[in-house]
Amino acid sequence: MKNLCLASTLLTFMACAASAEQVAPRAPAPSLTEPKGATGRVDSRGFIHRWLVLEPVPVPGRLTEAAVNDALKTAPPPDAWPRAGEPLTLSNTSVTWHALDTLNYNVNLYHFAWALSKPTSNVLFWATTVIDSPRDMAEARLAIGSNAASRWWLNGELVIALNDDRQAVIDDGVSKRLTLRKGRNVIRAAIINGGGATDFCARFLDANDQPIAGLGVTLAAD
Amino acid sequence: MLKKILFCSIAALASTASALDGEIQIHDPSTVIQQDGRYYTYGTGGLPILVSDDGWNWQRKGSLISVLPGGKPGADVLARGGNNSWAPDIIHIGDKFFVYYSAPGTQPKSAIGLLVGRTLDPDSPDYKWEDGGPVAWSDGVEDSNAIDPGVLLGPDGKLWLTYGSYFGYIRLVELDPKTGKRLRPDKPPVNIAINSEASIPIYRDGWYYLLVTHGSCCQGANSTYNIRMGRARKVTGPYLDNMGVDMIEGGGKLFAASRGRHVGPGHFGLLDLGQGVQKFSLHYEADLDRGGISVLDIRPLLWNDGWPVAGDNLVAGTYIFESARTGTVLELAVQGSPVGGFRQRRGGPPGSGIAPNGPPPSGPPPSGPPSPPPPGPAVSDQDSIQVASNWPATTDVRLAPAMLQAQQKWTLTPAPNAGCTPGAPCYRISIAGTERSLTATAAGELAAAPFTGAAEQLWRIDQLTDGTYRVSPKGVPGVAEPLALSAVGSSMPTLAKFDPASDRQRWFLRTP
Repeated sequence: MKNLCLASTLLTFMACAASAEQVAPRAPAPSLTEPKGATGRVDSRGFIHRWLVLEPVPVPGRLTEAAVNDALKTAPPPDAWPRAGEPLTLSNTSVTWHALDTLNYNVNLYHFAWALSKPTSNVLFWATTVIDSPRDMAEARLAIGSNAASRWWLNGELVIALNDDRQAVIDDGVSKRLTLRKGRNVIRAAIINGGGATDFCARFLDANDQPIAGLGVTLAAD
Repeated sequence: MLKKILFCSIAALASTASALDGEIQIHDPSTVIQQDGRYYTYGTGGLPILVSDDGWNWQRKGSLISVLPGGKPGADVLARGGNNSWAPDIIHIGDKFFVYYSAPGTQPKSAIGLLVGRTLDPDSPDYKWEDGGPVAWSDGVEDSNAIDPGVLLGPDGKLWLTYGSYFGYIRLVELDPKTGKRLRPDKPPVNIAINSEASIPIYRDGWYYLLVTHGSCCQGANSTYNIRMGRARKVTGPYLDNMGVDMIEGGGKLFAASRGRHVGPGHFGLLDLGQGVQKFSLHYEADLDRGGISVLDIRPLLWNDGWPVAGDNLVAGTYIFESARTGTVLELAVQGSPVGGFRQRRGGPPGSGIAPNGPPPSGPPPSGPPSPPPPGPAVSDQDSIQVASNWPATTDVRLAPAMLQAQQKWTLTPAPNAGCTPGAPCYRISIAGTERSLTATAAGELAAAPFTGAAEQLWRIDQLTDGTYRVSPKGVPGVAEPLALSAVGSSMPTLAKFDPASDRQRWFLRTP
């Protein structure tokens, strides 16, 4: 359970910490690195490690379906492929895309934002990546976990919608059966956090609900 | 005590509730057996045939004895026993069906007769039963009453027959699985139990179980019939009950007794449907919903701690479907509302110092003892009428933590004239108080939509041997193979091929 008291304490702590460290940059996120090489691979359990993640955008942080849909109006242009280091302004906030490789199965957005001295509560994160499939794979599913609410699009189609406060449980949100097409498949995700920890994980499952390994991952525009 | 048969022909009654549907009046039914998708059982009084296409709705279709020459047992059976035909059992081995039946004369003089056939379908051109003679008998003096056969094909391929009724012993003999006849007629039977009848052995995981019926039959609601059991490592016994009492000294752990509207369960028969679904057939001496007549029933067979457990057929009503895999529950994909409405928390537990409506104030804690907020009035259950006004008529379904909210409460309603599995009708599964019904879609996924009665909205619900349930649509548009409700993720249900080794398709049905 995301404890309200804990969240409150964390908020207080973070506010104090941010105030104390306004001058000195924080240490890099311990679980995140800069990608090396043009392409990566999903791991043996199918988890996707390479992502472009946008710095958090402040939103009300409510997690009902209506509130999440309202928050998603604060979105980068869906058709313009982002580049690492590319700035943009959303809701009067200047934010920048970052290319990340996570060392774990999940992407720790709290690490990401805290290292950049960005807020971690009542925020919206956007993330995207490209899966390179060696062939058409019918009856596949995108399977994700997110803390907290999230929306996931594959090749422009909304395939997963999770609301409410929740933890990033592996294979929590799972799409209906879909076809992972040969070549480039674009995943786009939005994660909204109310308070406390925030992270996500994602992989594809095959027709037998087994993880799909052997997929390429790239952040290239095309 | 000798078994007294008071069986009489009873006109077909329209069923009203529970148990099975159709012409289910029978006494001493055989194990229910399946051939080519149809179910059959045979009973006392000429071996009447009950047939069902779905295991739920049954019709009477003649009798076995009537197709024998002269309409009676063969000469050798008559000589060893008498001109009666009661309480049969049946088994399918290879391309043959073996029917064993009781042919008593003046008890305890009696014989167990054998009939051999290759099809159960009375309409088949191959339908024929041949007299196989007597396989066991009692001479009227010895400590045996050779009626009530029960047959088992063991894991080693050996065929066994038990028989007997109160007078003397329940006995065991070995049969030839090729012919169905006694393997060594010169070898004395093995005595394995007393004080019972309707014996039948079954096997599971290194144990032989002997199911028998205790008490008296044939007195309607005054019958004391109940099913008991013991188990042994060898088919020859000793069969001990849960307290270590040998069944040959009267032991027997209770398996099924009178309950609800049914008095006097007896004559157990195992119906193994495979993939973790087992059921058992039996009769009740008196079905109080059908005027107290004797009727057939089929119920789930569960297993616990190495013993069979008599499950109960599902009762129509409102349930929460909880995934055994994820612990989350099936719900409409709509925004839920907290039971009792949205509210601020009412403060922390005593001693926490947390005041109502928010986090603790800064500064030192207040002096004096904590004063927790008083409890409020009871909060009413949430019904769909309170919260469903904005729900779409058709929507996705999903899984979510159990919250006792209206979109998580599903009502099971038996569909009229539709059987889905032995012992159970097809069910409509709808959100309580609404028309939104669980629907299998063409893509093998799920939705909730207004009920039309189509196959994709009729559900087969089988209880598995561990007590969980398998929930399967009667039909899926464009999909031939059977599928079952499956938790593919913590928040995502789907339809998938049933895997008995996984919790994905196992569901608990909880009462809200």
